[in-house]
Amino acid sequence: MRLAILDSGHSLGTKALFAFIGAVSRQPVLDAVKVVKYRADFYGAPMSRVTQDAMRGASAWSVGDRELMAALIAKTNECEWCTKAHAAVAERAYGDASKVSAALTDLETAAIEEPLRATLRMLRKLSREHSVDADDMRAALAAGVSREQIEDALAVCFAFNTMSRLADAFGFFLPGPKAFEAGAKYLLARGYR
Amino acid sequence: MSDFRKAHKALVSRILEGDGSASRAQRRGAFDNAGLGEPMRTLISKVAKHAYKVTDEDIAAARALGLSENQIFEMMVCAAIGQATRQYNTALAALDVAIEGAATEKE
Repeated sequence: MRLAILDSGHSLGTKALFAFIGAVSRQPVLDAVKVVKYRADFYGAPMSRVTQDAMRGASAWSVGDRELMAALIAKTNECEWCTKAHAAVAERAYGDASKVSAALTDLETAAIEEPLRATLRMLRKLSREHSVDADDMRAALAAGVSREQIEDALAVCFAFNTMSRLADAFGFFLPGPKAFEAGAKYLLARGYR
Repeated sequence: MSDFRKAHKALVSRILEGDGSASRAQRRGAFDNAGLGEPMRTLISKVAKHAYKVTDEDIAAARALGLSENQIFEMMVCAAIGQATRQYNTALAALDVAIEGAATEKE
């Protein structure tokens, strides 16, 4: 990572926690974890509450849907790290890897529900152009997406427009698929707390 | 207010108004992506608009300015959250217009 403090500036207690995580998962501690654990009172703790509400709070969207949104937002932002990490969580949550890769490869032809497709389209535009207008929202509503579902999807978008930027800007180390698999297992079992 | 909105508000107020290594003005400038001098203007603007373009040199230039890693960390976090917040608010406003427009048509 570009800032040494994010790799090795943690408190002794946090370093001990990392050693424990590494021993149990037999994988290196992911850079996303290092960042949320660094001076957690500044960013990690309040951001984890935001992310937990967006990704695991009450919503008409399933966990798989929200993880797929996260992966698509990351892909739109050209963040390979977050795309791989959250595609892995979505695949596991859905129990269907081909659905996730199809949606990320070609949103228009993927075999997914229309409300989800319309929502992903809107999130992709918001992430790419930094803005959407009332017509974009009307298109999602016309596809059968409720106001609450749009708001919930925007919460996911906030979280991943923040984190994918930081992953790229801090220069996260891109690990192999096994590390993301272990991370996905953890995020499904424990969430973002 | 929803749990998410409360949590978001708490996050923004923590990073902008709570204690930090960077001054409140520096954090606010990074959050707004406005009013910063070079080289921070380049770094912060990249984080906000196309973070994948940030380079080691951008960070080195910030360090050369005399900023500590903690100050740079805080400003980069503020930049990411600031841009994502503007996107979120813009989208919510568009949603309001779409819903209010539909309600007016029905009347």
